[in-house]
Amino acid sequence: MEFIQLLISGAALGCIYALIALGFVLIYKATETVNFAQGELMMLGACTGYLLMLWFKLPFLWAALVSIVGMAGFGMLLERAVIRPILGQPQFTVVMLTIGLGYITRGLVTMLPGIGTDTHVLDVPYRGQVWKLGTLVLSAEQGAVIGITLALCLGLFLMFKYTKLGVAMQAASQNQLAAYYMGIPVRRLNGMVWGLSAAVATVAGLLLAPITFVHVNMGFIGLKAFPAAVVGGFGSLPGAVVGGLIIGIVEALAGFYLPEGFKDVAAYVVVLLMLILKPSGLFGEKQRKKV
Amino acid sequence: MSQILLSARDLSVRFGGVLAVNKVSFDVRRGEVFTLIGPNGAGKTTVFNLISRIYLPTTGTLSFDGQPIDRTPAHGIAALGIARTFQNIELFEHATVLQNLLIGFHTHRRSGFWSDLLFAPAARRNEIAARRKAEEVIELLRLMRYRDQRVAGLPYGVRKVVELARALCSAPQLLLLDEPSSGLNAEETEDMAWWIQDIQRELGITVLMVEHDMTLVSRVSDRVLAMNQGEVLALGTPAEVQAHPGVIEAYLGTIDDVSSLRREAVQ
Amino acid sequence: MRFIFRTSYSQDYGLAQHNGHLFWYGLLLAALVAAPWLVGSYWTSQLTFVLIYAIAGLGLMVLAGYTGLVSIGHAAFLGVGAYTQAVLTGQGWSFPVALAASAGLSAAVGVVVGLPALRVKGIYLAVATLAFGFIVEEVMARWEHVTGGNAGLSVKAPAMFGWTASSAPAFYLLVLGVCLIVTLAVLNLLRSSTGRAFIAIRDSEISAQSMGIHLAHYKTLSFALSAAIVGVAGALYAHKLRFISPEQFGIAQSIDLLLLVVVGGLGSVHGAFFGAIFLITMPQFIALFKNWLPPAIGQAAGLQAVVFGIVLMGFVLFEPTGLYGRWVKLRTYLELFPTYRRGMFRRQKTFQKSERVR
Repeated sequence: MEFIQLLISGAALGCIYALIALGFVLIYKATETVNFAQGELMMLGACTGYLLMLWFKLPFLWAALVSIVGMAGFGMLLERAVIRPILGQPQFTVVMLTIGLGYITRGLVTMLPGIGTDTHVLDVPYRGQVWKLGTLVLSAEQGAVIGITLALCLGLFLMFKYTKLGVAMQAASQNQLAAYYMGIPVRRLNGMVWGLSAAVATVAGLLLAPITFVHVNMGFIGLKAFPAAVVGGFGSLPGAVVGGLIIGIVEALAGFYLPEGFKDVAAYVVVLLMLILKPSGLFGEKQRKKV
Repeated sequence: MSQILLSARDLSVRFGGVLAVNKVSFDVRRGEVFTLIGPNGAGKTTVFNLISRIYLPTTGTLSFDGQPIDRTPAHGIAALGIARTFQNIELFEHATVLQNLLIGFHTHRRSGFWSDLLFAPAARRNEIAARRKAEEVIELLRLMRYRDQRVAGLPYGVRKVVELARALCSAPQLLLLDEPSSGLNAEETEDMAWWIQDIQRELGITVLMVEHDMTLVSRVSDRVLAMNQGEVLALGTPAEVQAHPGVIEAYLGTIDDVSSLRREAVQ
Repeated sequence: MRFIFRTSYSQDYGLAQHNGHLFWYGLLLAALVAAPWLVGSYWTSQLTFVLIYAIAGLGLMVLAGYTGLVSIGHAAFLGVGAYTQAVLTGQGWSFPVALAASAGLSAAVGVVVGLPALRVKGIYLAVATLAFGFIVEEVMARWEHVTGGNAGLSVKAPAMFGWTASSAPAFYLLVLGVCLIVTLAVLNLLRSSTGRAFIAIRDSEISAQSMGIHLAHYKTLSFALSAAIVGVAGALYAHKLRFISPEQFGIAQSIDLLLLVVVGGLGSVHGAFFGAIFLITMPQFIALFKNWLPPAIGQAAGLQAVVFGIVLMGFVLFEPTGLYGRWVKLRTYLELFPTYRRGMFRRQKTFQKSERVR
């Protein structure tokens, strides 16, 4: 029974990793950039929700909605202002740019009067509730994380498969030149992908906030999402979700069954094992340069 | 020293469902210029990549100077005496032309990591030997102007020549040239033809090349192999291959097709 | 305007290309040796840090700048070097022997960390190095009976052949000596075939293979060398701080090292020095100016992060060749005055060839 309890809490955390990893992979598929500031976007989304509730006294759902939409716009702005000028430069320079972005975001958030460096509690309507199934305990926060992640994944899957926008995004990420020829506005789409990615990060932040509280360093969890994306295969969306769940569950199990300290490095050991066994990840494509 | 330098027997390679090269056999004689021709997608560059051991053949064997090279790793080919150029230029962009040429000399290095670290006399002698070879090649190919310039800023024609120079710096016995005249204008192609002849006659290097420009092919080649869809079509002198009906069909289509293109003269 | 006429090969591969080089670098060396007596003890201490970070920067520069392998967990090697030195000198080993052992152990760990590099590239390699960085940091924290765990470890002053470098000027000169040796070694490598093999791997792996460069051998060598150099820096860092703990060698320090090489100028030896100067002096500037800013900004805990982030982004967007690149442009402007042309250093607009095949 303990085992299943651990699976549930592992899956809940894994869903957060999955959402952040999903954000990475969306951006990577579209623009082949790696966004090291994804964790910071999540933190920014959570802070926006918190501040909207604090300053404007908005109820939680409205604050959530406004922050998601607002962050989507911010993501598009970011792409236009900062990422587009340097497209075409080697990957490493772009990574450094996003690292710089992360620094600036963290620093600026400490200057906001409502946040500073303290931890804050996000007042969600379902806080503190628990559901019991026999001896299993599922807190409402965990349930919300798992449920909303599933719904979001389903929504994204439907969008990519059936809507014109989704199909266009897939086309642009697979072959940019052909997409241009077909009349797809590739650059505008890249902006939208960044917006979507920021929105997904905001959802992750709002779901995580009741569990870990809102504070300026909550974005460091984003670092664990990298192993998640790599384990699933860096160009694959379902891979990101599966990778996140694997990392979350392994962490939860390691925390209970293995001695102290293994929990923190569990994610990294898993990713190294994956790189040894199957270098391109679970669902990744084998990359080879054609000469 | 035998007559045959490179020998391919029943070479085949399959990528997924596609048979890119199908039972290709040919011999390259020492000292000749041997050209592979064929329409795009015929498998010519794939054959080169098989010789360079970048791809591994599904079946068939390759031997160089009488020795099979089926177990040689990709980085061991240069030490055997095979050098190549690439169809889409693969130069070291952020280095100077001279550094590119010095890297070409790598297989002949006589200094290890520690003597490099201390810049011991062995490393110094290596540097001088490498530079001597590089200067010979620069003089042959007239690259003096560009010696210390970064490759990244050079025009396309010059980069093609630097790619050739870099291959020559490894003092090979066999030189693989992948489309040496693609992207070059008439004068540059003329220069390239002279250089290929110089390489053959003065340096004594055997040349195996892939080429589309038929004038260049007829001018410099001793023998030609025509390929289509991964298979050998014809083998012989340039004139023989160009008159071969199968080759004409591969390039132009059958006699029937051509006749439908004939137009009545307008009075 | 200076024209360099070369009459012998030794001139071509020599370190000093002309007498001007010899003069100015000689002057710089003399100034650095005399520094403890020219500037006060505070600036001597800062200079020591600059030199230590320059050595670490050189290590990362060899790997990322010259071989093109990006490592986001490089502070791990700093930690390995620091702890090895601390433990060995604590047991009475003399400084040079302990230093060699630190470099050796770091190199061995570097070989292990470099194993993924033989199979994967790009972001996958970066994540592998990130993973190693976290694992090594955790090992340093957990292996308590050797490293003292999170409580930290105190470090003695460097001692050899009966002499102890206990005063600040003596330690500074020791660090300067080590820095000189490391810099010369790296410069030697870069002007010889090993260094060129690294550059070849960075720019085009397939053609490097066709030139006879054994990729696995040189990538492993680059990792080992880079780790050894950073290990040496770590050993000196331990002696400087006199007290080390695992949190000093975490992800923040790794990112600081990356910041160093990118802002300094990726792909140049000078870049490591410029970057180290930037990394050490920037917080001083921030401390100086922050009283002039409104309190909400000036006193915020994140001010340093914002400034570093803005500088990093500024360099990536506008000056990818870093501080050293900007210095080269300035020097060329002064040399060619007034015939300097504005487009001389214009970057070619590169279009990224997608590494994905399909």
